Amino acid sequence: MPTYFEKKQLVTPGELLAEGDYLAGNNTYVEENKVYASRIGLADCDNKRVNVVALRSFYFPKVGDVVIGTVLEVGFSGWTVDIEAPYTALLRASDVLSRPFKPQNDELSQVLNGGDLIVAKIASYDRAHDPQLTVGEPGLGKITRGQIIKVTPSKVPRVIGRKGSMISMIKQETGCQIILGVNGVILVTGKNPRDEDLAMAAIQKIEEESHTSGLTDRITQFLKDEKEKTGGKQE
Amino acid sequence: MKEKPELINKKGLRLDGRKPDELRPVKLEVGILSNADGSAYIEHGKNKILAAAFGPREMHPKHLSLPDRMVLRCRYHMAPFSVGERKSPAPSRREIELSKVIRDSLEPSVFVEYYPRTGVDVFIEVLQADGGTRCASITAASLALADAGIPMRDLVVACAAGKVEDTVVLDLFDTEDKVGCADVPVALMPNLNVVTLLQMDGILTPKEFEKAVDMAIGGCRDIYALQKEALKTKYMLIKEEEEVEEE
Amino acid sequence: MSSLITRVRLKQIEKMIEKAKRLDGRALGDYREIKIEQGIIEKAEGSARVLLGKTEVLVGTKVETGTPFPDTPNNGVLTVNAELVPLASPTFEPGPPDENSIELARIVDRGIRESGAIDTEKLCIEPGKKVFVVFVDVYVLNHDGNLIDASALAAVSALMNTKMPNYEVKDGEVIIKQGYTQLPMKSHPITVTLGKMNDKLIVDPWLEEEQVMDSRLTMAFNEEGNICAIQKGGKGYFTQKQILEGMKLAREKAAELRKQMKW
Repeated sequence: MPTYFEKKQLVTPGELLAEGDYLAGNNTYVEENKVYASRIGLADCDNKRVNVVALRSFYFPKVGDVVIGTVLEVGFSGWTVDIEAPYTALLRASDVLSRPFKPQNDELSQVLNGGDLIVAKIASYDRAHDPQLTVGEPGLGKITRGQIIKVTPSKVPRVIGRKGSMISMIKQETGCQIILGVNGVILVTGKNPRDEDLAMAAIQKIEEESHTSGLTDRITQFLKDEKEKTGGKQE
Repeated sequence: MKEKPELINKKGLRLDGRKPDELRPVKLEVGILSNADGSAYIEHGKNKILAAAFGPREMHPKHLSLPDRMVLRCRYHMAPFSVGERKSPAPSRREIELSKVIRDSLEPSVFVEYYPRTGVDVFIEVLQADGGTRCASITAASLALADAGIPMRDLVVACAAGKVEDTVVLDLFDTEDKVGCADVPVALMPNLNVVTLLQMDGILTPKEFEKAVDMAIGGCRDIYALQKEALKTKYMLIKEEEEVEEE
Repeated sequence: MSSLITRVRLKQIEKMIEKAKRLDGRALGDYREIKIEQGIIEKAEGSARVLLGKTEVLVGTKVETGTPFPDTPNNGVLTVNAELVPLASPTFEPGPPDENSIELARIVDRGIRESGAIDTEKLCIEPGKKVFVVFVDVYVLNHDGNLIDASALAAVSALMNTKMPNYEVKDGEVIIKQGYTQLPMKSHPITVTLGKMNDKLIVDPWLEEEQVMDSRLTMAFNEEGNICAIQKGGKGYFTQKQILEGMKLAREKAAELRKQMKW
């Protein structure tokens, strides 16, 4: 029973990947005992499970995901938030104020207004309802400092690196705090804009070169080179 | 009184020098519009067409969305300067019909059940037209959907065949379409080997029709190879060696 | 009356079609009963009313004078329009023609135009200046499935019933005289629509069957049995084999209908 691709081969939607006793993993589907790719990506086989690591995909909400979003509108009892997904998310006022919400006393736009950025967690989501967010945990809430960079959600694991090796290295080299939203939105907060720019440049480079090997070393070198360049200039 | 051009000359070649079973040159590029979720550009003969996909996203107006699946919307539109005699920018009946048949040709390829209550909009702009625009549009639109990361069963590719004088030919261009005897546009999902668009105008015997469909499907497969290549080119691995920038 | 058909009923129809049976007892290849009446709208130059089962379509034709298209200066003009009149179905809403009525009109138009049904050269009054324009207006009065075939049948019947006014050209002016001539026709196309459910092809799907179809294939044939128009519709697909199978079936049915119509 064969597979029809080589490890990490670039495949397009509809390409036949395997026939026979195989399971359809990520970004694949089965029809009449044959496994096909459903997205463009790199094909791989893990213990009879055929997967495609999508090179282009969008974020699909999952309960428990930490995401970074933009407040779209202030509503009657909460806010609608853009989490870069096919669905807009809802953040209830009662969740933010952590007490019963009184429309006549509480002015929601004072707490969060359109355009504000928040880090939140997906509290609930199903096929029939839009995702509900919560900010009731430490580390979540309104973002007041830093810069945002967006990457394809499937590349976020690469930014983290094996056992967090990549992200720790970037934090160390740039001195920035970095919050990674599962939805591909990343918050970089540094001591100054130059450090933030450096971290963001590194992240962008990772996205562009994500399917190559030796990336951690290359990024480390890149950061060191960039710091040297700017370090030489007089402030 | 305009003289009818000799569509097939004594050497068996067509007005543009092609053989009866020869395809026009096709060029494809993916991901050319930065604001669209997915996009593609096609040059098929003298046709120049842009396609863009936006979604999956919430539908506006909301009541048009469906509770159990994604809604695919399609707009085929020709630029006023795309044809010989200026075309009014208002949607014509032909554009409305083509928007519908193109949508019906793309829909079987998309996993609409995965994203209930959302919509995906496909916009097709014909910048220059020279016969076979609906086929070229489908080829580009399908790439735009794949470029947007929307899960699909297969790419959809389209090509037409028809009859000119007494010969069944592949891929008619504008003059052949206007003066010829029949035009059969076909859209195909090549790996699943199924037809998602089939139309015909003109007159064909059942045998000629069978031959035209066969020919069109062959043309589809040739263009499919170019579609896959265009998609892969955009996402291809970059070269391992990179020049270290000199100060 | 609700336009919603319950899932249970749809499943019932699906199961029966799988067993090559239909709810109204027809075979998969049978048309419903067809009734045609011509000349019922006196003010129209031609008219016909078709009842295909309970689907009802009325077509009226109007013949007026106008200018020819620049690339066909010696030919008259044909224009087909269709209205899905709101009273015909709870799903039809008032307003300008939507994509469904436009598609319907263009399919009916294609069959008539490509088969050369109307001898448009005989509609020429003054080459390059004045011709007869034939307006075919399809009015769907009751939707019970297969609007395409009913409309096409009614359109051709109405054309066969159409009279053009007699005229003479005096000092460059067109003067309408007394009396009429029959609209000159060279061909009578017959349009057959097949519905497809998985691998089953059914002829003349009725309203509820249309809900379980994944796609449809419409083909128009002329007297010689040659194809003059094709339109695939719906969100499904056909294999190459199904297309050829469908063509053979549609061609057979067109010949049967032609005999029935005595065209």
